[in-house]
Amino acid sequence: MATVTRSVFHPFVKGYDDVNRDSMRLLTKPGKGYLLLLGTAIGLVGLMVLAELYQIAFGLGMAGLTNPVGWGTFITTFVFWVGIGHAGTLISAILLLFRAAWRQSIYRFAEAMTVFAVLTAGLFPIIHIGRPWFFYWLLPLPSERHIWPNVRSPLEWDVFAVTTYLTVSSTFFFIGLIPDLAAARDAATVPWRKKAYTILALGWRGTEREWKHFTRAYLFLAALATPLVLSVHSVVSWDFAVSLVPGWHTTIFAPYFVAGAILSGVAMVVTLMVPVRKIFHLEAYFTDLHFDRLAKLLLLTSCIVGYAYATEYFMAWYSGELFEKDVFWDRVTGDYWWAGWSMITFNAVIPQLLWIPKIRANLNAFFLITIFVNIGMWYERFVIIVPSLAHSHEPWMFLNYHMSWTEASILMGSFGWFFMWFLLFLRFLPGLSIAEIKEVLPPPLKHHHPAEGQLENYYEELPTEHKEVERR
Amino acid sequence: MRKSRSGVLGVFAYLDTATEAIRRLREAGYPLTVYSPTPRHELEEALEVTESPVRIFTLVGAFTGTASGAALAIWTSLDWPLIVGGKEIIALPAFSVIMFELTVLLGALSTVAGLFLNARIPRLGRAESLYQPSFSAGNFGVFAHVPRDRYDAVRAIMAECGSEEVLVEQA
Repeated sequence: MATVTRSVFHPFVKGYDDVNRDSMRLLTKPGKGYLLLLGTAIGLVGLMVLAELYQIAFGLGMAGLTNPVGWGTFITTFVFWVGIGHAGTLISAILLLFRAAWRQSIYRFAEAMTVFAVLTAGLFPIIHIGRPWFFYWLLPLPSERHIWPNVRSPLEWDVFAVTTYLTVSSTFFFIGLIPDLAAARDAATVPWRKKAYTILALGWRGTEREWKHFTRAYLFLAALATPLVLSVHSVVSWDFAVSLVPGWHTTIFAPYFVAGAILSGVAMVVTLMVPVRKIFHLEAYFTDLHFDRLAKLLLLTSCIVGYAYATEYFMAWYSGELFEKDVFWDRVTGDYWWAGWSMITFNAVIPQLLWIPKIRANLNAFFLITIFVNIGMWYERFVIIVPSLAHSHEPWMFLNYHMSWTEASILMGSFGWFFMWFLLFLRFLPGLSIAEIKEVLPPPLKHHHPAEGQLENYYEELPTEHKEVERR
Repeated sequence: MRKSRSGVLGVFAYLDTATEAIRRLREAGYPLTVYSPTPRHELEEALEVTESPVRIFTLVGAFTGTASGAALAIWTSLDWPLIVGGKEIIALPAFSVIMFELTVLLGALSTVAGLFLNARIPRLGRAESLYQPSFSAGNFGVFAHVPRDRYDAVRAIMAECGSEEVLVEQA
C-alpha cells in the first residue's frame, strides 16, 4: 500500500497547491473585524498627527521633558520599537543561516513586523528633535560652511545604524517577496491587483537561472543582516553606555539590549501570530511546533535578560560606587518603584511559566504572557532612561518626569501606525512565504522517495491515518 | 550562447518526472529553461548548475562600504578639525561603527544589484507566451529551445518521461 509523505512542520498541508490557495485566501477576504481594526489604527495615527502638530505649533515644551530629564517617552518608545524589530531579523536571517526549517512559515510575518517596527521607531528621533523639518541635519550632507555631523558621537552612529537597518531589512523583505508576488500575479483575478503584482514581481518566472542567483543573493543578504541586527541594538545601547550617567555607563549594555530586543520582538511576533492564526485559519501553517519553539526562544531570552538585571545590581553593589548604588536602589524603592518592579516581574519572572510544557502548549496563556512582556519591555526602556536621569549625582538636581498628554497621544499613535502598516500588509502582500514553505514540504514525486538526507524533515503515514488528517 | 525562442514546453506535475526529462533532454544536447515553484536541489543536480557570481558582488560591495565608511568619517573630521573631549581627530574606534554600517549597507545593495544583473530582472515587457501560471503554484516546466524540425523528437522524450501537457512555441 502506498504511503503519504508529510512534512513534520506542516502535516496538514497536502501539497504545493495548498500553499498558494491558503496564502491567496489572506488577500481576498477582509471581514468587518478587519475593517474595524484598520479604522482604529488609522484613528490612532490621526491622534498622533494632531498631537505632533500641536507640539510643532506650541514647541517642545508640550512634551514633559525638562532638566534633568531631557529624554522621556519619545526616546523610550524609539528604543522599544527598534527592539521589537529584532526578532523579525532573527527569525528571517539568523534562523535561515542555521537552516531552521520551522522558520519558513512564520518568517514573512516576522520580517514585515521588523520593517514596520523600524519604520515606527524612525519617527521618534525626528519627533524628539522638535523641529522635524531639520531632520536632514543628522545626515552627512555637504553644506557651504563645511560643518559635518560629529561621527565620534554615539547619536550619529545611531543615525547610520538605524537607517542601514531600515534599508537592509526592507530590501531583504522585498527580495524575499518577489517569487511570492509572482505567484500572486499568476493567481490574481481582480485587474488592478493583477497589474500591481505584475509590476512588483519584476517579471519573475521561477526559471533555474533566476533561482540560482536568487538563493545565493538571499543567503548573502541573511549573512549581512545577521551581524547588522546584533549591531543595531548595540549601537542604540551605546547612546546610553558611552555617557557618564549612573545606571547608563556600563559595559553590559550591548548584549543586555540585544537580548531584551529579541525578547520583546519574539513576544510581539507571538502577539501578532495568535490572532492572525485564529482569524485567517492558519492552523496548518502556525502549528503547535512553531509556538513551542518560539516559547523556548522567549524563555531563553527572558533568562538572559533576568541575568542582566541581576548583573546590573551586582555590579552596582560590588563597584562600591555611591551614585551607581544610589540609582539602582532608587529604581526599586524610589518614586519609580512601580516601573522598576513591573519590568522585573513582566520580563524576568512571568515568562518563567513557560518552563511548564502545558503552558507552552496553551496559546491563550502564551498570548497573555507575551502581552506582559510587551508592556514589561517598554517599562525596561523607561526604567533605564527616566529614573537614571531623574535621580543622578546631586540631590538638588533630582526632578521627576511626568508624561504629558501630547507624549501619551504620540505613544498610542505609534501603535496605530505600526498596526496600520501590518494590517495593510496582511491584505495586500502574500503573508505566507509561498516559495519557502514549499522548500520544507515533501516534493511531489511519482516514483521515487525523497532523497536520504531530507528524510528527517518528513514522515510517512498510511492512507488510513490520512483520513484523520482530512478531518482537521 | 543565445537560446532560440522557438521550442517545446513540457508541463510536469512531479519533480522526479521533470528531472528525468531534464537529464534525457540534456543528454540529447538541447538547451533548456526550467521553471519551478520553489528552488530544489534535485533540479540543480539534473541541470548541473554552477556557482552564482553574486558572491563577488557581495564581497566587492562590502569592502567598498568599509572603505567609504572610513573615507567619510576621516574626511569629514579633517574638513573641520576640531578636538572634542581630547580625542584624536581621526578616532578609529569611533569610526569603526560607521565603517561597519556602510559595509553592511553597500554589501546588501550590491548583492541586490548582483541578483538583478545576473538573473536579468526586472524583466520588462510581456512574459513568454508559453509561461504557465501553474509554474508558481504546483507544476514544473521544462522548455527545450529547439528548431522546428526537432519538435517531434523532444515531444516524444517529454511524453515518455511523464509530462502532463506538451505545448509548442510557434515563434
